[in-house]
Amino acid sequence: MPKDTGIGAATVRREDVRFLTGTGEYTDDIQLAKQTYAVFARSTVAHGTIKSIDTSAASAMPGVLAVFTGEDFVEVGGNPAGWLINSRDGEPMKEPKRPVLAHGKVRHVGDAYAAVIAETVEQARDAVEAIEADIDELPAVVDMNDALSGSNFVHNEIETNQCFDWGWIEDNREATDNAIKNAHHVTTLELVNNRLVPNAMEPRASIGSYKASTGEYTLHTTSQNPHLTRLLISAFVLGIPENMLTVIAPDVGGGFGSKIYHYGEEALVLAAAKKLGRPVKWTADRTESFLTDAHGRDHVTKIELALDADGKFLAFRTDTKANVGAYLSNFSTATPTFLHGTLMAGNYTVPLVYVNVKAVFTNTAPVDAYRGAGRPEATYSIERVIDKAARELSMDPIELRRKNFVKPDQYPFASAAGLEYDSGNYDALMDKMEEVADVAGFETRRKASEAKGLLRGFGVNAYIEACGIAPSNLVGVLGSRVGLYDAATVRVNATGNLSVMVGAHSHGQGHETAFPQVVAEMLGIDPGVIDIVHGDTSKIPFGMGTYGSRSLAVCGSAVVRATEKIINKAKKIAGHMLEASEHDITLSDGVFSVSGTDKSVTFGEVALKAYIPHEYPLEDIEPGLEETAFYDPANFTYPSGAYACEVEVDPETGKVRVDRMTAVDDFGNIINPMIVTGQVHGGLAQGIGQALVENTTYDENGQLLSASYMDYTMPRADDMPMFAVDHNQGTPCTHNPLGVKGCGEAGAIGSPPTVVNAVIDALQSGGKNVTHIDMPVSPARVWDAMQNAE
Amino acid sequence: MTKVTMTVNGKAVSGDVEGRTLLSSFLREDQGLTGTHIGCDTSQCGACVVHVDGQAVKSCTMLAAEADGATVDTIEGQANADGSLNVIQQAFQDHHGLQCGFCTPGMVMSAAALLKENPKPSEAEVREYLEGNICRCTGYHNIVKAIMAASGQDVPALAAE
Repeated sequence: MPKDTGIGAATVRREDVRFLTGTGEYTDDIQLAKQTYAVFARSTVAHGTIKSIDTSAASAMPGVLAVFTGEDFVEVGGNPAGWLINSRDGEPMKEPKRPVLAHGKVRHVGDAYAAVIAETVEQARDAVEAIEADIDELPAVVDMNDALSGSNFVHNEIETNQCFDWGWIEDNREATDNAIKNAHHVTTLELVNNRLVPNAMEPRASIGSYKASTGEYTLHTTSQNPHLTRLLISAFVLGIPENMLTVIAPDVGGGFGSKIYHYGEEALVLAAAKKLGRPVKWTADRTESFLTDAHGRDHVTKIELALDADGKFLAFRTDTKANVGAYLSNFSTATPTFLHGTLMAGNYTVPLVYVNVKAVFTNTAPVDAYRGAGRPEATYSIERVIDKAARELSMDPIELRRKNFVKPDQYPFASAAGLEYDSGNYDALMDKMEEVADVAGFETRRKASEAKGLLRGFGVNAYIEACGIAPSNLVGVLGSRVGLYDAATVRVNATGNLSVMVGAHSHGQGHETAFPQVVAEMLGIDPGVIDIVHGDTSKIPFGMGTYGSRSLAVCGSAVVRATEKIINKAKKIAGHMLEASEHDITLSDGVFSVSGTDKSVTFGEVALKAYIPHEYPLEDIEPGLEETAFYDPANFTYPSGAYACEVEVDPETGKVRVDRMTAVDDFGNIINPMIVTGQVHGGLAQGIGQALVENTTYDENGQLLSASYMDYTMPRADDMPMFAVDHNQGTPCTHNPLGVKGCGEAGAIGSPPTVVNAVIDALQSGGKNVTHIDMPVSPARVWDAMQNAE
Repeated sequence: MTKVTMTVNGKAVSGDVEGRTLLSSFLREDQGLTGTHIGCDTSQCGACVVHVDGQAVKSCTMLAAEADGATVDTIEGQANADGSLNVIQQAFQDHHGLQCGFCTPGMVMSAAALLKENPKPSEAEVREYLEGNICRCTGYHNIVKAIMAASGQDVPALAAE
């Protein structure tokens, strides 16, 4: 029987009530007293030298309170990259400064070079129009090959457009080359992992405020990790002491990676608030989101897979160019390297992997982690080339994968790409996928489609990902400039209810519901008396935020550790109350009992005693019942899955329709299956979107052609089928207390190759020898491929 | 400035607006009804859907002045009189039809308009009707389920999950 409370229960979300009644509070909903408005002047050219900026006319416009340009920020720090990557030759990556406002040059369309603060947003917008910027347009660096071969530099001071040239694992390079040279069969595939715009439905927004009497700043902002934003602003950009800066991320309307990063607008509204002594609000419009939110993916890869005569994998070798855009966003250097290259062994026992990644500056928006971050790129390359190999060798694609899977008795398994997988059972996932997807019934469905004049294809995929990136000691060695732990405080109030302060931030993930399920289970109490506090640095000890499917595995583990401390202390208090040794006290269903007796006190009575410590052993136990824990994981977690997709292709138009989509995932233990299923659904839609409709297009001048919902195709309801999702095959994570692995990104990682594999299968079934089509697999591309195929 | 008067969620309200003020801005900025969200600037996303004289309208496509004299209903007026969630809202909660919540007000308002027009829509009809509402979180699966359930239809009959 499914549980109705605690761990494993599909509890409906408590946060839904405010969202369903229009009473959520997103950043743009907040109105502070005497609030003013910021609007940015943004470059309309992709690359140019700023000769002069005349703000005099703008400053004289009605309602204008201040105008800022890059000149005002030359003395403050740049927004840094969070991960240092060394090139193959040992040279550290190139790190040009990313200023608050562009200075000297503008480097992408949308790059902000000035900002107006005015009484109303309309006045600020009108005044931006009056700024006279003399910008000498330079040729734009857009194509990555041109960027690497030319002498037109995005950042003149580094005299190259190559950020780094990274090899992984460098010591395996020669052996991998030899394995490929001598292999029975080598399958080669060149592919593009298309550039995407995350498109959280809430545009970014920030409100800076400043209290002159105390020197305290407050930033309300659309962030997935308010503490990280505070740290970046304090330690690197504006130098505001951390204890003088509160960062509040209230309700946040989705992130998908794009709200991890600190952006210049946040620093601007804080600096402006100090100058004016009034709050300053900025809210992006959707075009600004397209132009300035960190984009995702944008890899061009050549992958080779070497196989022996039996179909055993001998080596993967990849050569990738990764676009980082005009500036290094905070995780932009980690995403194509340690979140990508380390996954390049997939679910397989392949003995050799070599990955080369060249990161390239271009005159485009910065590119950084987007749902999956490096792992979708790895999975796409691996799972597309395996599919191509299966076809070349006339092998069943499922059998070829099974033949090379890591087997359940091989854990812990040291992958050829340098990770240690702790748990998994890929065959069991594939078995379940075959059942749920009704693979046996495919041929019947194919015939039915053919009878309608449509081509039906079946695509399969197996993925592994690494979540909850850790431990800090390891990532430090690899170049991370931050720790990757998380923190939680459990505060038991005198009247027995609880506030749990967590460093993770919920912007759709349902933490307010799921975290209480964990604490309630441990304490044996009603989850309804437990409240989650998140998103405010003044209320929470610390936190590294929510991204990389880490919240439950890392922050949830901190919650467990803090709750364990609560139990330990509560047992001492109960022991005193019951005149027994704390070692004889047991906790069950919210009641502390002395083993072997009928003496007991309730959790609520212990809480009250902690705060009203009459007849209390103050020499042994402090009053109060509040504990904090920081948790730094021992390893990544390794979710995995087996996915299947069936598409119908209309040979007359090239239109692809996803008819069936099956996702079978191993997320380890599950706290709330309803929320987990929802997370998978969302990831699937983003992955299908990438595969079929989404694309970010810059022209040769660096103009973003897809800068609105009129031009960038978002997946709509009628692009999606009902999904079949299963996560009952979990193998618990072996190294965190909940045995959980993370589920946020899986759908976006597993689905793109599954869909493309299905499209290729459909075209092959129609007698067209099409071996690859780049995403998005649009009708035009499918139709072209069919016309050009043998 | 133009004076506008309208009935919003059953209450008579009025305000002075510029000619260019959108109904969405009037609701959010003047009336403090921030449940109506702005997710784009091309009338594509549907986060701002409200009802004007009973019709679903993207409130960013309508000037506040055009709504003078109209009856406007927003997400804030959808709950039952006792404050409990109405049938559609409850179905969204029961079927996990929302995650970040940003598109949710528009989804609920569109769903209400759909069910008024078509009390027992098919899955395909629901999906087609939602063309003008973008959700980035849910993949639409649970939104479709919630709307079907709110219409009193058998949700488990939909594809396995």
